[in-house]
Order: sequence, then C-alpha cells, then structure tokens
Amino acid sequence: MRIGQRVLLASVGIYLLLFFGPLAGFDLFRVIGEIANKPSTLLQQLLIGLANGSLLALIALGYTLVYGIIELVNFAHGDVYMLGAFMSLTVIGAFNVDKGSSPAIKATAIVVAFLSAVVFTAGVNALIERVAYRRLRNAPRLAVLISAIGMSFIVQNVGLFWGSLRAFFPIMGVNSAAPKAFPDLIGRIDVFKDILHIDVPIAFNTKDLLVIVMASVLMIGLRLFVQYTKLGKAMRATAENRDAAKIMGIDVDRVISFTFLLGGALAGAAGLLVGLYNNTAVFTMGFTAGLRAFTAAVVGGIGNITGAMLGGMLIGILAAFSDQYFSSRWTNAWVFAVLVMVMVFRPTGLLGESVGQKA
Amino acid sequence: MLELKDVHTYYGNIHALKGISLTVDDGEIVTLIGSNGAGKTTTLRTIQGLIRPRHGTITLNGEDLTKVPAHEITSKGVSQSPEGRLIFPRMTVKENLEMGAFARKDKDGIKRDMERVFTVFPRLKERISQKGGTLSGGEQQMLAMGRALMANPRVLLLDEPSMGLSPILVEQIFKIISELHAQGTTILLVEQNARMALSIASRGYVLQTGEIRLQGPAARLRDDEDVRKTYLGEH
Repeated sequence: MRIGQRVLLASVGIYLLLFFGPLAGFDLFRVIGEIANKPSTLLQQLLIGLANGSLLALIALGYTLVYGIIELVNFAHGDVYMLGAFMSLTVIGAFNVDKGSSPAIKATAIVVAFLSAVVFTAGVNALIERVAYRRLRNAPRLAVLISAIGMSFIVQNVGLFWGSLRAFFPIMGVNSAAPKAFPDLIGRIDVFKDILHIDVPIAFNTKDLLVIVMASVLMIGLRLFVQYTKLGKAMRATAENRDAAKIMGIDVDRVISFTFLLGGALAGAAGLLVGLYNNTAVFTMGFTAGLRAFTAAVVGGIGNITGAMLGGMLIGILAAFSDQYFSSRWTNAWVFAVLVMVMVFRPTGLLGESVGQKA
Repeated sequence: MLELKDVHTYYGNIHALKGISLTVDDGEIVTLIGSNGAGKTTTLRTIQGLIRPRHGTITLNGEDLTKVPAHEITSKGVSQSPEGRLIFPRMTVKENLEMGAFARKDKDGIKRDMERVFTVFPRLKERISQKGGTLSGGEQQMLAMGRALMANPRVLLLDEPSMGLSPILVEQIFKIISELHAQGTTILLVEQNARMALSIASRGYVLQTGEIRLQGPAARLRDDEDVRKTYLGEH
C-alpha cells in the first residue's frame, strides 16, 4: 500500500472515530440541524472562539518566537504564562480591589498588574534561558528539551508554592492547589445592547472587547517590531542563520535573551487577560493552555509569527464550536486531531514555508 | 595588517589547523588555495571568531582578536562572504544588505556603501525588494559579497565565491573582486579554483591537511610544478 493511501485511510479513520464513534453516529446531522435552527449561536461561538483564540495566540507567539530562533520547544513557556496570572492576582490582591471598587482604582490596579506581570514573566523567561538553555546551546537537541521539561515542572511548583502563601497574599485562599478566584474587575456590560443600543441576538460584552483589543494591539505591535526595527531584523537574521548573524556583528546571545524577554512579556499579558476574562487562576493552567497554544503554533507553522496568530484563532474557534455542538470533554480530542491532520498533510503547518538557499 | 601566528584549531578531537601562519598586508589580495578539507574555511571561521583557536594568535593591526567576541570582530573591521553564502533567504535583498551594516552607526556611511554595492552589483538593485531565497545562485553570491562590503571592512574574507557558478559568472565575479581590490579593499580569498585565484592575487598560500605547504608570490606559485599538478590540473 502506498504511503499516500495509508495516510488517507488513517485520516478517514480519525474522522469517522470522531464523528461516529464516541458520538453514536448521528451528530453531524444534529449539528447541522442545530445550526440551521439557530444561526446566531454559531456567530456567538465564533466570538467566544475569537476571544479565547486571541489569548491562545498570545501564548503561542512565545512558543513560535523561541522555536524560530533556537529550534527549541520551550515547555516552560505555558507555566511562565501561569506565573503572569499569579503575579497579576497578587498585585490586584495588594490593591484590595473587587467588583464594587471605583473604576479609577480598578483601572490603576489593572495597569499596575499588567506592568508587573509583563516585567516579571519577561524576566523569568529570560532567566530560564540563561540558566537552563544557554549552556546547552551546542548540546544535542534532546538535552535542551529535557531541560525545558524540567523547567516546566519547577515553574509549576513555584506556582503551587506561591498559591500557598496566603499568610502574605490573602487573595490566594486556603487551598494552595485549588483554583483561585480572580476578582471580576471588568464586568459584563453588553457592548451592543447596553452601550450601542443595537438589538442583536448575540452577546458581546466588555470582557470580550478588552481581550480582543488588547491581544490584537500586542500582536500587531509585535509584528511591526519584528518587521521594521533593527532589533527585530536582528531576531529574524538570527532565526534564519545563527552563524551568518554572528558574521554581521549581531550579538546572538543578546538577541536570544531578548526573544525570551519578548515571549515572556506576551505570556504575562495573556496571564492577566485570562485572569480578568475567566476570573480564575490555578497553578496547572499553564500546562493545559500551553499544550493548546503549542498546538496552535504548530498548526500555524511553528517559527512563523502570523502563523501562530492564525493557529491560535483557529484552535480557539474550533474549541468553542466543539464546546457548543459536541461536548467540552471532546474538545481536546478535536484540537489534537486537527494537529494530527495538519502534521500528516502539511507538516510545515498552514503558513510554514521552506525557502531554501539555491546552489 | 591581518596576521595569523601558529594558529591551531580543533573540532572536538580533530586537529583541523596545525599551526597556520599567514599575513595579509594593507591593500593586498592574498589567496588561500587547497583541496577539500584542507582547512581553508576553518581558517576563515577562526579569523571571524566563529571557532576559537586552541593555540596561536590572530591580530588585526596589532590588536589580538582571539579573545574578542565574534560579533565585535566584525566592528573591528573583518567581514566575510562565508562558505555556502549564508544569505538570509526570507529577508529582502535590502534587508540582507542592512544586516551587513548591523555593527555600524554612521548612517551616511551606510547609505554611501549601499550605493557603492549597487554600483558594483547593479543586479542587486533590480532585485532590491525580492527575498534572498528567490535569487539565482550567482545573484546570491553577489548578495553575500555585497552584504560583506556593507560592513565597510578593513579586510574582506571571501570563501569560495566561485562555488557552484557557471564559468561566465565565475569570470564576472573575479572581475568584480579585482575591481574591489583596485578600489583599495584588502582581500583574503579562499578558492578551490586555484587558476583564477592565482591570476588575480598578489600572493598565495597553499594549504594541505591543516598546514601551509607552500607560500609566495602568486606568479611563482603558478609556475610551481607541484601546484600545477595538484591544483591546476596540469601535467
């Protein structure tokens, strides 16, 4: 049997398994029926998917930036994002604000939390590179990968420990491992109905707006930075060929450090936004979100910045649809099935390209 | 100007350079010829600081380079068009050239050198916004050389600029190297095409398994019986 046929058969198998196996056979028709019955739900889920997807994209960018430059899957990245959420929670706790506080205090708390989280996670991520990866720069790939997995566990346990410090940070609550309540500082004011006074069947509230706007601003900013600034160009040059970059006079170690700073900062921003969006933070959140964000980066074409954004959105929307029309317990199966499909049919990812040098 | 004294370089346990000593004086073209694996590229990588010598010294105008980080060696005046060109395939021709001037801060000088590169390689100007990876082999070689020139180097290292190019292009590239030399650029040229290299160089070194076998004025090397047999393919 030819490889192509095998691949086709395997994909059809996965497809059938997902549609007809666990879901007893008739879900496709049920889903079509549901969409036809109430199309606005589809739009609603699209919006939810966009909001969640832009958060995933922010995390995915950290994976893709680092992979692009040193070809390492920084497993600790998801956990750094968790630290961002914990840092934000700690700062907001120190401000002692909650839903009822005045808007000015809430806004100050959010801005300070944002800055602290971003600076903190950027620093932690760069520190991880310095202690756990730099000395292994010329070691076999597997060594760095294992080091990254080790860092992931260490950071996760830092989160667990941090969560136990209720003596210093009362906001952490009684149980160190339990999800923490993240104060709802944004509120859910419907943008269409309550602000614009337009009657539409879908809900789009201030939280969705904040998350989508913030994530877009950060992503566009990153894209422009990498495209046009001298340091951004140095990042691209280092990613394309490290020796050539050295010959150009680029301090490659500094550029790599900076890349980790940048990825960490985006993860910190995502940590705060997720906290404000979902109003919960838990020390394992980095592991689960990291897995999905990594998938998003790979689906989009790892190493490709636009790809990570696109992948994040796609995975976010897919997850929202799965949550709505199938069952949230099947969402991970869907997400990783898409990963498998992309890997089989387009191993470079959707936007991945391989521009080689000609002889 | 550039001087290597008893340089020993290792790849792990492999003794790649076994005591190389050579000099390149101001305004010279010096060529380093030898067969595959003789250590030509290793010599250039060692000068650039991409690999560190275990023994010996490399000096540029008397300043020791062996302890200087690779990225600073460029700003001290050494740049190269490396083996395999190593252009940045996803960056445009213009961005590639800008990267060549990365270590510089003199905006006017950079602009002037960009113009100079376009005068030497008009083809690059036509391709200015094209991605490096879409250029032909000859154009990529021009880009690698132009990029190296953008550093405004005191000494330009060229690693096999003729590799993989058609005979017409090889002629053209060597003509350009002579022009650069005439304009005052100091060049250390590594070549397998010994005939071409010796025709434009003032002096040459013959490298064999990590050691300098022969050295002298290019004309004398051209007449040397061993060189003719081994590197020029004459009998």
